[in-house]
Amino acid sequence: MIALADAAAIVGAGQTEFSKAAGRSETQLACEAIVAALDDAGLTTTDVDGLVSYTIDPVEETELVRAIGSPQIAWSSRVPYGGGGSQGVLLHAAAAVASGVARVVVVYRAVKARSGARFGAAQAATRPTSAHSGSTAMQWLLPFGVLTPASWMSLNATRYMHTYGVTNADFGRAVVQMRTYAAKNPNAHFYERPITLDDHQRSRWIAEPAIRLLDCCQETDGAVAFVVAGRDRAMDTPEPVMIAAAAGAGLFEEEIGSDHYRADLSRMEGSAALAAQLFGQFGITRDDVDVAMVYDAFSPILLMQLEALGFCGFGEAKDFVADGHLGPGGLLPCNTNGGLIGEGYIHGLNLTLEAVRQLRGRSCNQIDGARTALVTASRTGVILQRPDR
Amino acid sequence: MSERPAPIVTEDSEPFWAAAAAGRLMAQRCAGCHRMQHPPRPMCPSCHATDSEWVELAGTGSVYSFSLLHHPRHPAFDYPVIAAIVSLDEGIRMVSNLVEVDPGDVRIDLPVEVTFAPTAGSMALPVFRPLPEPRP
Repeated sequence: MIALADAAAIVGAGQTEFSKAAGRSETQLACEAIVAALDDAGLTTTDVDGLVSYTIDPVEETELVRAIGSPQIAWSSRVPYGGGGSQGVLLHAAAAVASGVARVVVVYRAVKARSGARFGAAQAATRPTSAHSGSTAMQWLLPFGVLTPASWMSLNATRYMHTYGVTNADFGRAVVQMRTYAAKNPNAHFYERPITLDDHQRSRWIAEPAIRLLDCCQETDGAVAFVVAGRDRAMDTPEPVMIAAAAGAGLFEEEIGSDHYRADLSRMEGSAALAAQLFGQFGITRDDVDVAMVYDAFSPILLMQLEALGFCGFGEAKDFVADGHLGPGGLLPCNTNGGLIGEGYIHGLNLTLEAVRQLRGRSCNQIDGARTALVTASRTGVILQRPDR
Repeated sequence: MSERPAPIVTEDSEPFWAAAAAGRLMAQRCAGCHRMQHPPRPMCPSCHATDSEWVELAGTGSVYSFSLLHHPRHPAFDYPVIAAIVSLDEGIRMVSNLVEVDPGDVRIDLPVEVTFAPTAGSMALPVFRPLPEPRP
């Protein structure tokens, strides 16, 4: 087993409200979520000596520290791949505290994805490169009117549907489950608003034949933060959640947009490589997983990841979903907050928050006895566990 | 439809766009191991040669995948935008548009050939249209 296993824990979790118009800066949102996470851990900003976020996050470390008042940052890093890297922030934080380079690491993501720069906006301006990984590939998409994440991903999804005989209604059944969970979650955008498959099938096309409006996640304003500390220190905090496993798998030409050139777009091979790491070197098996959070920016990739992660065979996710296995009594209760589709889209990090809630016994859709939670986002993932105390 | 925006030109992509503006479809081939590659890049990922040749392609291939893009809408494009990944006969892929075809007739494996769509800045994009059906 590799040294990272159980070396670190999430000791605090925090968030702002999720909304369509936060009315304050991303930096303020990040500060609020971080202070909430530190309060949750029983720690203060004075304890913080490490920072991790996404390469795409707008909150600068210098401005952040100037606001929260941490006296000395020993180490910081950022993770590429956008939302696909969302669980990589925990890998980085765990690796930092396991190595001793930092002792208390804050991970954060703050977005104004609805009131600010919307992910789904039709922007044709191309840039040769930017700080955001993957954007170099966009110069080969934007001139053709392929402008949005839904459009990039739909090209993969159409091929997946063709290969395995999957229909948009097959995606819709997963969406109905996400919305059923969201309906019970007061934190969710779609609280008390469940849908039927007919509702889904009547929603307008975004990218035909793969993605309708109700297949898309909710652009959201808000922030999520976690505090990560080493195992020994974690045991002195009120409610630690162990990072039992953490991994990332960036394959050749595999980032969104650049993956259009890989041999078989019917399979999310980055997720398969991720699963090989998560279930190969940490002493944890798929059967150990009580509840899963699987990145659902768009519903097709939820099904495609279930297959690549090995919870069903390739082409079998549509049956796995139709048989109710994502529901509370299924083989793999999944996205119990309503997912990114039902709760909101803090770029994947709110899925991790729901995993923490499950392991602390406080989900709005609590899975009885949940001890092991998997969180994956395409090519990065973690397995969190309630500690034996 | 207003004019399509011009593509961004980089050091690596300049030969591709210069060729397209002249109505030719070209791609990068490694001078060391003769690997065809698209999009272009500064080093061959296979043999690490930094020298490459630009070769003209037949311009024919087939649809590997596609998507009819309905929303959101940008004023430079007609909707639905027909986006496609085209498998070219030389063994590389290109993300592009299908033109001169009814959206309802687009399917995976549809045989296509290149044509060119003008953009702002007197440039052009290689786009694809169905190959004429062979006469019986």
